[in-house]
Amino acid sequence: MEHTSLLERILRGIALCVVVVFFMFPILWIVLMSFQTNDTILRVPPSFIFEPTLANYKALITGKLETSAASLEIHFLRNLGNSVLLSVGAVALSLLLGVPAAYAFARHKFRGSEDIAFTLLSFRFAPPLLVLLPLSLYFQKIGLADTYIGLIWVYQLICLPLILWIVRGYFEDISPDIEYAYRIAGHSWFTTFRKIALPLAKPGIAAAGLLAFIFAWNNFIFALVLASADKQPVTVGALAFVTASGIQYGQIASAIVLSIAPTLALALYAQRYLVEGLSLGAVKG
Amino acid sequence: MSDPLLSIHAVDKFYGSVDTGVHAVRDLSMEVVPGEIVALLGSSGCGKTSTLRMIAGFEEVTRGSITLAGRELNKLPPVKRGVAMAFEGYSLYPPLNVRENIAFALKSSSFSKSEVAAKVEEIAAMLEISDILEKRPGAISGGQQQRASLGRALIRDADLHLLDEPMGQLEPQLRALLRGRMKHFIKSRGLTAILVTHDQAEANALADRIAVMEDGTLQQFDSPSAIKDRPANLFAGTFIGEPPMNTYHAKVNIEDNRIAFQLADSEEALRYDTAAFSTSVLDAARGCDHVIVGVRPYAVTRSDRGIPATVVVNQWLGDQTHIAADFAGATMIMVEHDRAIDKPGDTISVYLDPDSLHLFDPHSGEAISHGKELAREHSLKHPHELTPQAGELSQINAGHLTQ
Repeated sequence: MEHTSLLERILRGIALCVVVVFFMFPILWIVLMSFQTNDTILRVPPSFIFEPTLANYKALITGKLETSAASLEIHFLRNLGNSVLLSVGAVALSLLLGVPAAYAFARHKFRGSEDIAFTLLSFRFAPPLLVLLPLSLYFQKIGLADTYIGLIWVYQLICLPLILWIVRGYFEDISPDIEYAYRIAGHSWFTTFRKIALPLAKPGIAAAGLLAFIFAWNNFIFALVLASADKQPVTVGALAFVTASGIQYGQIASAIVLSIAPTLALALYAQRYLVEGLSLGAVKG
Repeated sequence: MSDPLLSIHAVDKFYGSVDTGVHAVRDLSMEVVPGEIVALLGSSGCGKTSTLRMIAGFEEVTRGSITLAGRELNKLPPVKRGVAMAFEGYSLYPPLNVRENIAFALKSSSFSKSEVAAKVEEIAAMLEISDILEKRPGAISGGQQQRASLGRALIRDADLHLLDEPMGQLEPQLRALLRGRMKHFIKSRGLTAILVTHDQAEANALADRIAVMEDGTLQQFDSPSAIKDRPANLFAGTFIGEPPMNTYHAKVNIEDNRIAFQLADSEEALRYDTAAFSTSVLDAARGCDHVIVGVRPYAVTRSDRGIPATVVVNQWLGDQTHIAADFAGATMIMVEHDRAIDKPGDTISVYLDPDSLHLFDPHSGEAISHGKELAREHSLKHPHELTPQAGELSQINAGHLTQ
């Protein structure tokens, strides 16, 4: 770095700032919006100077939405809870099913193993809308419509293929001989899976789990069709802000800030694993 | 010989289905006695590692049976087979340091902590890795990882030690040193080991017997000196020995008391008194129209009685001279222990002593004779009795090696 001149360093700094502003501006703007009333948000031209208010957050937390026309009830916190429950449930279920399955696909080549793995991946190809109508009819018949279990089951369709295919790559990267060495030293295959394969694939499993969580968290269409008001996640719940008396931009912004928070916190916490996990597989090929 | 510790009986290994899969090991039968070191030697893909992994239990035996110390291994999981193994790819546990990796092999044993520590120290000293015991596998070189992996295998008290290319990554100097130490270690403890290698020097130095494999088939299983002096077939003859054996297609003429090997594509012939061969060899030679004549490079001598050859290259390796010469339209490699002054283009006269000639059947590749002696198991086979497979194999080998 000692070769770079002062000018170069300044230019580089400016370039970095431009990039950061470009990517971060929408988020920054949303954060700013969340502290404003609809009036200040919608003024022309927009301005950075305003009197901050916590009214939006207060409305979300108390569940009372005051519009110019009337007072509405909203269930944002409940929606947030639903989002957490559905996403965590789906990811946990997918990890439970997907990690052993990924191990099996990576280690044992049996007749039709590729076909099964591909079939599971193909769930991701189908446009959700195509699946939804028959799915909701079926769910109503067997009583799974509008239940958490039914929703988690459907969410798991998003997570499982993702986890299966990412984690499988990690298991394939681990030399089977390491496991053989462990088994020949007197351990069963299950202990080997637990003590050798799982810890070695941990970064990959963490990365896959996090990605699956984000996908599940951001899902809209499945919950829109299959969940009633009290089981809706935030993505669907946000529709409540489109009221008869106008769109509540302030509350939408603060709802976004609150719903980004859990994923952001999780991503920051797992950042180390995520970068290591997603790049390690690519580098090792 | 004592009762075998390990018996491999008529084992076949297919990867994939029996009809369309790869036939990696073909009808392999061999026995290893207690306290013996056996080397499986062959080029890549000859089935030696597959054999080792079938013994360890990492590959299923397609057909046949393997017995170790009275236990039928085919259906036993690796845990219960009583074997220890050093892997070609090291396969150390990344989260453990070298000391823990080596000690790990003793985890399920009854040794106390201090006994384990002493054993690890001893093995580490032997393998010259005492200074890296606290390091993790990721922080040490390939050669060091390989020695750690070898240590992890040797420290175990197993019926059979399987060593897959245990020294492939080591520098030549270290390899020579460790070969000696490892042999002493194995012999002094009465361990039995099977070593997979493609390095003949390693096989010769370590093994009591060498199993030469090619294309999934066991070519010869004998002591290093027997393989060198009495190769069972053309493959064993040309594969073992560095530089490789010179081979020439020749037509046999026996008249009165003279025998001549008329070299293919050439006016020259190797002529000898029939008295130089035993009658059984002469009888065998009479039965063949053609033979392949093989001679080891160090058995080629200079003599006025010999055949002229034109020097192509003269290489002094510091302790021996390798001369490549154009001999009867083919290449001849000759090894001399003194520094030779011949320059490329010079003509020398080379003589092949009848005692050092190996005759091979050009169709089957089987050895006919070694010097005066008839090859042990040679029977006069007529070409049409041969399996096409063996015939093809020998032709490929002969064609390749006489170029």
